[in-house]
Amino acid sequence: MSEVVVVDYGAGNTRSVCSSLRTLGYESVVTADPAAITGSDFVILPGVGSARSAMTHLTETGAASALAERYAADGPILGICLGLQLALEASQEDGGVKGLGLVEGLVVRLETARIPRLGWAMVEPWNEAFYFAHSFVAESPHSVATSEGLCAAVRHGSFFGVQFHPEKSDVAGLNFLDQCLSLA
Amino acid sequence: MPLPRLIPCLDVAHGRVVKGVSFVNLRDVGDPVELARAYSDGGADELVFLDIAATPNDNETMVDVVRRVADVLAIPFTVGGGIRSVDDASRIIEAGADRVSLNSAALATPELITEIAARFGSQAVVVAIDAGDGVVHSHGGRRATDIPTVPWAAEAAARGAGEILLTSIAQDGQRSGFDLVLTQAVRDAIDIPVIASGGAGSAQHVAEALRVTDAALVASIVHENPEGLPGLRRKITALGIALRPGGQTHV
Repeated sequence: MSEVVVVDYGAGNTRSVCSSLRTLGYESVVTADPAAITGSDFVILPGVGSARSAMTHLTETGAASALAERYAADGPILGICLGLQLALEASQEDGGVKGLGLVEGLVVRLETARIPRLGWAMVEPWNEAFYFAHSFVAESPHSVATSEGLCAAVRHGSFFGVQFHPEKSDVAGLNFLDQCLSLA
Repeated sequence: MPLPRLIPCLDVAHGRVVKGVSFVNLRDVGDPVELARAYSDGGADELVFLDIAATPNDNETMVDVVRRVADVLAIPFTVGGGIRSVDDASRIIEAGADRVSLNSAALATPELITEIAARFGSQAVVVAIDAGDGVVHSHGGRRATDIPTVPWAAEAAARGAGEILLTSIAQDGQRSGFDLVLTQAVRDAIDIPVIASGGAGSAQHVAEALRVTDAALVASIVHENPEGLPGLRRKITALGIALRPGGQTHV
C-alpha cells in the first residue's frame, strides 16, 4: 500500500492518527495536495476543528474537489468525527455550513443532556466501546452503526465515516483502523 | 450518557513525573511516556498531565513531553499548567494533546476559554476549578479569590468550556472520599460534563463519585499501586458502575 494520506485542513491534531497508523505498520503523510488525495490507496479525513474553517480550507486548497473526484472513482475514504460530518450535505454548525456532499445526510446539534458528548460509549451492532467527543451528529439514510441511538457510522460507496475517534479508542480503535485499511 | 470515566492524573515538573509514583516494573518511574503507556495498558479511560512547575521557559519541555506521549498513547489525554494564551494551547494541541486544561489563566482572562473553543472546539477546553469554602482558588489552590464556585463553573460553561475539572481543596490528598455535595451542586448548575477530583482513597469512593458525575480523577490511589489499576476498575465495576469493557481485556 502507498502512504496513507491524512488530509490537512489546518486545524488541530493529526498526530494521533499518524501514530495509530504507524503502530499498525502504515506510513502516512499529512497533506492537502489534490494529487496526493486522488492518487493514494487510502485517504483519512480526520476530525478536529470547526466545520466552517475546515470547509474553507478544503475548498481553497483544492482538497474538496480532489475528495469528490476520489469518491467518484471509488477510492476509499475514512472520515473521522468532523471528517464524517464534512462528507455529508450540510451542517447546522457555525450557523449553517455546506459540506462536501459525498453522502446523503445532514449534521445537527446534539440534544443530549450534556454537550459535548464526551467519553466512551458502546457502538451497536459492533458491541465495542469507542471514544466520542462531539457536539453535533450525523443524520443519514446510510447510517450503519449507532451509539445510544445516535448515528455512530455512515457508509456509502467508498466512503466510511465514524463519529468516534478510532485513534483514541485504544485496542478497539486500532482493530477498527486495521480492518478498514486491510479492506482497502 | 457515555460510560463514566476513570482518569489518572500525573503531575509533571520540568518534563518528569513527580510525586510518589511507585511503579515497580518500570525502568524509569519519572518518565511520562512509560507511565502513560502503563496506565493506558491498565485500562485508564483518559489521562491528565498537569505541569505543576510551569514557567514560560518550561513550555517547550512540556510540548516535547506531549509529542512523545501522543506517539505511544491511543487514549485521550488532557494537558494543564502554564497555558496562558491561544498560542500556548495551539502548541500543546498540535503536539498531540486532545484537550487543554485552564485554571488561573481562565480566571485572569475568561475570554481565553472562548478563543480556544472557537479554534479547537469546546471538547478541547477543560476549565479546572480548585474550590474551597465556596470560592475558587487560583495559583494551584494557594490563593482564594472572591469568585463563588458554582457561578464560575456556569460562566466557564457559557463561555465555551467543554468540561469542568472540579477539585475540592479540602478533600485533595485526604483519601477520605470526594466532595459529593460540591460535585452535585456544580453539575446541577451546568450542562457540560464534570470531572470530580480530590479525595479518592478507595474503589467505593470512586464509585460514589461516578454515581453523581461523569468522571473521576485519581492520583495517589493509583500511583502508589499502578499495577492495581485493572483491579481498581474491577472493584468499581463490581459496585455497579459500568466502565468501558475493553479496558480490562488487554492487561
